[in-house]
Amino acid sequence: MAVCIAVIAKENYPLYIRSVPTQGELKFHYTVHTSLDVVEEKISGVGKALADQRELYLGLLYPTEDYKVYGYVTNSKVKFVIVVDSSNTSLRDNEIRSMFRKLHNSFTDVMCNPFYNPGDPIQSKAFDSIVSTMMVQAC
Amino acid sequence: MDQGSAAGSGGTFISLSDTEQRCYSGLYALCQPDSSGKPAAGKVAELFRASQLPAETLHQVTEACGAKRLGYFGCGQFYVALKLMAAAQAGLPVRLESIAGELPLPVFVGITNELEMHYPNQPLTNESQSHILGSVAGSAPRPPADRPVLRHPDTSMDKQEAWSPPQSPGISPPRSPSAYRSYPYGAQRNGTDTLLAYDAKVPGRPSIPQENSSPSYYSVKLQPEQPVITRVASVERLVERVEVDYSDDPWRITEEQREYYTNQFRSLQPDLSALIMGTVAKNFFTKSKLPIPELSHIWELSDVDKDGALTFTEFCTAFHLIVARKNGYPLPETLPATLRPGFVEAGVVTAPPSEATLPLIVFDENMMPGANQLKILFGSVDLQVTSRPGVTAKQEARDESRKPEFSPKRIPEPHEKPIQHVSTLKPDSPQELDANMKSRTRPRSYSSTSIDDAMKKVEEPPTPPPRPQKTHSRASSLDLNKLFQQSGQGSRPSQHSLSAKSGWLPPPPALPPRPPATQIFSFLPGSEKSSQKAVQQPNFADFSKFREEQESSVRGLSTEDLTPPKSESTVVHQGHAPQKPVRRKLHPESQSATPPSATPYSAATLTKSSQRPPPKQKREIQMAIRKNRETNAVLTRLNSELQQQLKVVHRERVTLESQLELLRPVAST
Repeated sequence: MAVCIAVIAKENYPLYIRSVPTQGELKFHYTVHTSLDVVEEKISGVGKALADQRELYLGLLYPTEDYKVYGYVTNSKVKFVIVVDSSNTSLRDNEIRSMFRKLHNSFTDVMCNPFYNPGDPIQSKAFDSIVSTMMVQAC
Repeated sequence: MDQGSAAGSGGTFISLSDTEQRCYSGLYALCQPDSSGKPAAGKVAELFRASQLPAETLHQVTEACGAKRLGYFGCGQFYVALKLMAAAQAGLPVRLESIAGELPLPVFVGITNELEMHYPNQPLTNESQSHILGSVAGSAPRPPADRPVLRHPDTSMDKQEAWSPPQSPGISPPRSPSAYRSYPYGAQRNGTDTLLAYDAKVPGRPSIPQENSSPSYYSVKLQPEQPVITRVASVERLVERVEVDYSDDPWRITEEQREYYTNQFRSLQPDLSALIMGTVAKNFFTKSKLPIPELSHIWELSDVDKDGALTFTEFCTAFHLIVARKNGYPLPETLPATLRPGFVEAGVVTAPPSEATLPLIVFDENMMPGANQLKILFGSVDLQVTSRPGVTAKQEARDESRKPEFSPKRIPEPHEKPIQHVSTLKPDSPQELDANMKSRTRPRSYSSTSIDDAMKKVEEPPTPPPRPQKTHSRASSLDLNKLFQQSGQGSRPSQHSLSAKSGWLPPPPALPPRPPATQIFSFLPGSEKSSQKAVQQPNFADFSKFREEQESSVRGLSTEDLTPPKSESTVVHQGHAPQKPVRRKLHPESQSATPPSATPYSAATLTKSSQRPPPKQKREIQMAIRKNRETNAVLTRLNSELQQQLKVVHRERVTLESQLELLRPVAST
């Protein structure tokens, strides 16, 4: 389960950030911001290849002692970042992938809403609910 | 008469005050000529006319009370009608809620005076009913908020009248947030107060949304009452409906509303089965002046297939939500059951929304109350249905884009087309649709674990080590090999076999030429044995001949004869290079006799020999060996004897020469 989920727009500003321990948000914001560098590096590495040949799931961006950061980028350069607790070792790669897939689907639903202007913060309740299901259940 | 039961039979719960009851019963008695309990229509009409209400209002009253539906005025209907007339006279809109509370008694001019006495006279003309929107102030006593819930089976008809434009004394100011204040329509909220007060059923005023959806909302022309009447009239034609307990649910779309939505839909998109694009819908709904986040939320709720466009159903849902929101209802988090395409009427068996596979027929019932009526009414529905396949195709195209994961969320999806009032016409397509909906998947190009698998190199199993080559790779018979190996115990068996085998083929150049005859000659004693052995095999068939020749050759053999046959044999041998070296003198005749045919013959014999059973060959080989040995011994003796003779002769010659020399000097003297 994730402790923080973020959606970053193409221009690298956040569209949506949500973290579970709401008090330590700043730390997660910082982490997500720094992870963008890694994302850029990963997606620029395949510059010569076509975009669709590039995998959307970027995998583990970098681990720290407390948590691991996973990245995913869509074809429109919208990035999803998931931060999970390092102590949660049971999370497999497949699960992370499925979480990203759900995020992507939900994001597409948000995009389909004509009332949503791309670039606006995401305020969709449906999206929120999807994210909530993926976040760590606060005990 | 039992008003209670009458009221109950009519499905109406109207609280009648004592005075009202008295009056009504009196009036009822007036009008009731026959014992069946049905007031004569004429009398009733007379009574109505006496109320001095305009014809339209009377019509509305009639509709509202359900008489039209029933075709006659039952007791309940009568009472309701009376109350409605009272309300109308009081300036209230002719609607059922109006009569839920205490009202002054209706005034009927011209009826029995005694009755009139009881009626407080509050003749408000119909103008009150033609009140313009927005006017307000409770001119008439506003029903207290704690009015009992009023239910009426025929709410739809009620709506119809209520829908007629400027209905009435808007009364209380809109309760909704100030955002709606500027709404010219904001008025008609009387129902709102009442409704919001009840937590039981929201005695919903579907009429409210109706009103709100009235033309002014979207600056459409105010519809004259005529259409209302005509609509009412058309409703008359409708089949008698089952009296469903029509909870006044704000989330339920009534026929009029649906019709209105249909018209609006048509204004945006003439084809009812097609989709309204997101931008078009956005502009349209933005006119409602709802805040964008709310519109966004409404969109999220109503666009069940998440395709960025609205079908007719979705449009109706969205419209309805907007209307409700404008009326002050908070937006629900999820789509209300009644708004979902698969919603079911209260009276009908409730189908869980997730039942996407409900057969269409159930849909029919579920659709809306009075779907049957709509069947007749809306010819356009047929259009929708016939164009189903188009939509289906479209939906199928969109189906590609959904993930099954989201099916729980998309519960509403399956129904999709509540448009199928005439569902029975096309029972199949919606089911297909349902199936499609269910199986929606979004074709994403996202990475999946399978890519990883694909990327993993499948390691080829290491090529098996080359099998050890058998001694020979030739396809010739293995027997020969065996033969050779068996026979070649002392000598180079495999090599011989190989070379022997290859003898069948055109002579390979690889084999070095056999040593010259002389060498063979010197090696004769030693080599003969071995070579003869080897030769035995290929020339198996020749062995018999060989033996004969051997004997003859031994007998008639002389040193002089040795060489030529040998040379012959070597020659022949070279012809059979792979053949065993010494064809030998022992074969002189055979070989000399058939040199040209030697090869084929030998080949034939070889083949023949190859076919001989090994044991036989072995025996004969052994005999041949013995014979060779004997011959060898004989020749060796012969050799020694001849050498001795040679010595003796040599001595004699020496003596003779010495004697000659002695005699010569003498001879010369």
